[in-house]
Amino acid sequence: MECCVFSESLTWLTELLKSASAGGIHGITVFILACFVGYYVVWKVTPALHAPLMSVTNAISSVIIIGAFFAAAQSLFGYTRIFGFIAIVLASVNIFGGFTVTHRMLSMFQKK
Amino acid sequence: MTEILYLIAAVCFILALQKLSSAETSRAGNLCGIFGMAFACLAVYMSIDVSEIWFILTAVAIGGSIGIFIAKKVSMTALPQMVAGFHSLVGLAAVLIAFSACFAPALFNISGENGIFTSSLIEMGLGSAIGAITFTGSFVAFLKLQGTYKSNYIPLSVNTCIAASIVALLVYFICTESVPAFIILTVLSLIFGATLIVPIGGADMPVIVSMLNSYSGWAASGIGFTLQNDLLIITGALVGASGAILSYIMCKGMNRSLPDVIFTAGTPASAAKSSSEAKPFKQGAAEDAAFILKNASSVIIVPGYGMAISQAQHALKELGDILKKNGTTVRYAIHPVAGRMPGHMNVLLAEANVPYEDVFELDEINRDFATCDVAYVVGANDVTNPAAKNDPSSPIYGMPILEVEKARTVLFLKRSMGTGYAGIDNELFYEQNTMMLLGDAKKMTEAIIKAM
Repeated sequence: MECCVFSESLTWLTELLKSASAGGIHGITVFILACFVGYYVVWKVTPALHAPLMSVTNAISSVIIIGAFFAAAQSLFGYTRIFGFIAIVLASVNIFGGFTVTHRMLSMFQKK
Repeated sequence: MTEILYLIAAVCFILALQKLSSAETSRAGNLCGIFGMAFACLAVYMSIDVSEIWFILTAVAIGGSIGIFIAKKVSMTALPQMVAGFHSLVGLAAVLIAFSACFAPALFNISGENGIFTSSLIEMGLGSAIGAITFTGSFVAFLKLQGTYKSNYIPLSVNTCIAASIVALLVYFICTESVPAFIILTVLSLIFGATLIVPIGGADMPVIVSMLNSYSGWAASGIGFTLQNDLLIITGALVGASGAILSYIMCKGMNRSLPDVIFTAGTPASAAKSSSEAKPFKQGAAEDAAFILKNASSVIIVPGYGMAISQAQHALKELGDILKKNGTTVRYAIHPVAGRMPGHMNVLLAEANVPYEDVFELDEINRDFATCDVAYVVGANDVTNPAAKNDPSSPIYGMPILEVEKARTVLFLKRSMGTGYAGIDNELFYEQNTMMLLGDAKKMTEAIIKAM
C-alpha cells in the first residue's frame, strides 16, 4: 500500500531526474530531502489534528504566491501581469483563509 | 539575503507541521506558518520593483479579505468543502504562474539563446498539468461535498485516453516549445481533473480530499522547479508528503488501495439489492434510551457523518455531561474515515467543547466495546457494519470497523432504516441487543436529555 501512495511521486521523480542532466541536481536534492522531512514530520501529527493539518498545509502551499509576485511586479508583459494579479488574489484567499480557519479550529482544541 | 529569508521561511513551515503533533503546541505551529509566509513575502519584496507594490497589495487585499470572510463564516460541518474549494484555488494559481513563465520566460531567468531550457519546459508542463488537475478535481469534489452534484459514470477508457494524450502533448511541448501545445495540454488536464473525480462516490471523499491536498503540494513543487526556487520546492514536498500520508491513512481505514478507489469508481454502482422482506428490528423511543443510559456505568459514543449533518455535537456533549454527573464513564470513539475528511469528527467534537482526553481513535478503544454497557452510535453506519468482518461478499469486507456490536446495548441513531453510502444493509440493526432510535440525531439526543 505504501508503495502505491508513493508510486505517483515516483513517476514524478523519474521525470525530474531526466531534467537533472540539463538543469543540475540541486533542485532534486532539495526536493527529495524535503519529502523525507515531510514524511517523518507528518507521521508524528496526532490523528485528532488531521483536519487542521489539511487546512494549514493548504495555506502554506499557497507560498507559490511569490511566483505570482514576480509575474505581477513588472510592466513589460501585459498578459503575464494580469495572470500574476489573478494568481495573487487566488493565493491570498488561501493564505489568509487557510491560516484563519486553522486558527479557529485549533482554538477549539485549546479550551477545556 | 533573499536566500536566507527563504531558508528561515522553510524552517518555519516545517515547524508549523511538527508542532501539530500535540494539541498544546498546535497554535504555536499555526503562528510559525504565518511567520514563514511573512518571511517569504519579505524576501520577494526585497527583490522586486517596489514601484509596483500597490498593484500587488491591491491583489493581496482583495484575496485576503475574501479568504478571511469565508474562513470566519464557514460552519465546521462544511469544512470539507471549504478545504476542497481552497485546494482548487491553489491549483488555478499554479496554472496561471506556469502560463506567466511560459509567456515571459526571461522574467524568471529560465531561457537561454535557444529558448526556454529543456528542464524548465518539463517542469513547466508538469506544474501546469498537475495544477490544472488539482483545480478542476477539487472543484468537482467541492460540488459533490456541497451536495449540488452527484456522481456520474465515466468509463475508464475515456480517462485512459485523456491521460495518454496529456503525456503525448507533454512530450511534444518539451520537444517543440510550442505555446499552443502548452495551452491544449493545460485544457486537457483541466478536463482530466474533472473526469477523474466525477465517478467517485461520497464514501470515498475522505481519500479524494487528501489526495487533492497532496496534488496541490506537488503542483507547488512543480512551480518551484520551474522558477528554480528552493522554498517552493521544499514547501510543495512537505504538503505533497502530508497529503500522501493522509490518503494512505484514509485508504487503510477503508481497507482499500488508492488505485482501487480511483479506478474502480468507474464501474456503475450495482443497485443495492434491496431485499423486499423487511427484517424485524427493535425500535425504541427517547424514554427507553434514557432509561438504558441512566443505568449504564460506561458509555462509548460513536459519531459519524450523521452527527455532522444534524449538528448534534452540542447536544451530545450535553448528554455526555449529564451522564458524567451520574457517575458514568463517557468516551468517544472515532473511526479514521468517519465524516468527509480526515479529522472531521474531532473538530466537530472540539467545537462542542468535548475534552480531547475523552476522544479515542479506533485502535485505542476498539477492545473496550466488549466491556462497555452502551454504544451510542450517531449516524455512523458503514464504519460499524459487522459485515466488514463476517461477510466476504460484502463490498466493505476487510475494512476495520468499530466493534460496537460487542457492547451490551447498542443505541443506534439514524434518520431512517435506509442504507449507508456504501449502499449495504447493516445486520447490526437486527441484532437482539440493538435498539434503533429513528429520527434526526440532534432532536433525538435532545429528547433523551429531556427524558433523563
